[in-house]
Amino acid sequence: MDRETQSEAVREAVEAAADRFEAEKTHLTELDSAIGDADHGANMNRGFQAALERLEDADDEPAELVKTTGVALVSEVGGASGPLYGGSLMKASQELEDGITDETTVAFAERYLETVEERGKASVGDKTMVDALTPAVHTYKKSIEVDDCEPLEALGRAVDAAQRGVAFTTPIRARKGRASYLGWRSVGHQDPGATSTLYLLEEVFEVAAEYLDGDVEMDAEADVDPEELEEAAVDDDSGGA
Amino acid sequence: MKKLINDPETVVDEMLEGMVAAHPELRRLEGTEVVVRADAPVEGKVGLVSGGGSGHEPTHAGYIGDGMLDGAAAGEVFTSPTADQLSEMIQACDGGEGVLCVVKNYEGDVMNFETAIEMAEMEADADVEYVVVNDDVAVEDSLYTSGRRGVCGTIFVHKVAGAMARRGGDLEEIKRVAEKTNDRVGTMGMALTSCVTPEKGEPTFDLGEDEIELGIGIHGEPGTERTEIMSADEITDRLTETVLEDLDLESGAEVATIVNGMGGTPLMELYVVNRRLQDLLDDRGLETWDAWVGDYMTSLDMMGCSITVLELDDELKELLAAPAETPGLTVTEDR
Repeated sequence: MDRETQSEAVREAVEAAADRFEAEKTHLTELDSAIGDADHGANMNRGFQAALERLEDADDEPAELVKTTGVALVSEVGGASGPLYGGSLMKASQELEDGITDETTVAFAERYLETVEERGKASVGDKTMVDALTPAVHTYKKSIEVDDCEPLEALGRAVDAAQRGVAFTTPIRARKGRASYLGWRSVGHQDPGATSTLYLLEEVFEVAAEYLDGDVEMDAEADVDPEELEEAAVDDDSGGA
Repeated sequence: MKKLINDPETVVDEMLEGMVAAHPELRRLEGTEVVVRADAPVEGKVGLVSGGGSGHEPTHAGYIGDGMLDGAAAGEVFTSPTADQLSEMIQACDGGEGVLCVVKNYEGDVMNFETAIEMAEMEADADVEYVVVNDDVAVEDSLYTSGRRGVCGTIFVHKVAGAMARRGGDLEEIKRVAEKTNDRVGTMGMALTSCVTPEKGEPTFDLGEDEIELGIGIHGEPGTERTEIMSADEITDRLTETVLEDLDLESGAEVATIVNGMGGTPLMELYVVNRRLQDLLDDRGLETWDAWVGDYMTSLDMMGCSITVLELDDELKELLAAPAETPGLTVTEDR
């Protein structure tokens, strides 16, 4: 993919995410009202709408587009989600300065996770976005570096890992963030931050599938069978990113 | 609930507008909720900035001026300012010697400041450090924080760091005295009533007529203990004992104290509390070198108070005594 196409893909991913957050805003806010302060859906929606606006005037470099999206989220989402989502995108965008490749996306994902962990001081099992993000990033890295997967397949596996991560947030007790105050009462509720992270990954996957010439269909609500994904991705013969 | 506001949506904006109109030595950065010294950035001086949610007046912008802060960012009521606003503030207060951010330990504040510092470093190549104040001895972790909350002791940090910056100290020195102050200060608060946020228009928590809450933070977040109403002396004893236990001072130590009102308590009552506080300190052989009484870091209209004790040494005394001129605190020369 040349730079121009990469930029187009980034813009499209942000648009897809914006649409998704608009559609899921009520659902996310419902999840947040159970264990948080009931504004996550509205905040994410406002943030991504602002990102769309800011991207209109942004320079057409992939890294710049990602950074601009991050700044928009930081400015509009507020609370803790603003710095966690926006700040991490801003910081990780530096890894994309040489464009989008297998190597840079792995570095991007790792830097993103690292920033979220540092800033949120959370780790897996705390019932936060980290529960979705960590398995996704580790799976992506391993799929690319060890299993030698095509990027789309790796991304598919990452989405699947994130889904399992989200499911894992329901039965556990929150130890970080606003929900931690509820202690055991947080048990039984799905974490809104982990859920929005999954949505973002799913949209990135959809757009990647389109650009990497895959016919992979993802049903956001359905459980994804990793083997099915692998098969779908193997059919994709577009080569690297 | 009766409030002297027009619209919860515009209350912060209108407050800042009115504040700047009352204090020509302050200037608002256009299109933001950031207030800075009219002459910011001061060339050759390290910038000192702070910020956080609104509703704690005179914190934060009330401490802008010669000898204290160069800038303060106001978030929505009880909500951290966003990182882009904080980053603009940092850049506007950088006179070439760097900027120190004084951050209260609340998750939103810490995360947004950390992000803002990265933005300022990326955009303006600014040299920025930060200090997280965590003086609240009531809690280990709270609704909004990992670790202790940052509350009224922050004002001492503003004063000490501001004096060091005014004197020409470099970023490292200013950070050192700010951290030293934070290490030696403890605060504990209590509420007689809940506060009422403009948005909600009703009390944040229910407190019975004959109940009080001990160990509250500055947002009306729950305290450590709900108990029956006690006398001013009994309350002061509870707060002071917890603070002193934490600080573990030796007899003969010199301290500075703040009896801080939460916004809805008259000075009359704060002086009553101060009287008992000073007696208690005296009983323990502690010498009060300076005692402040008044509304320094409030929670809107909450009735209640907090008690802050800072252990002094010669350096901190000198910095506390140095001149400062701000809407919320004035220290004249020749103490």
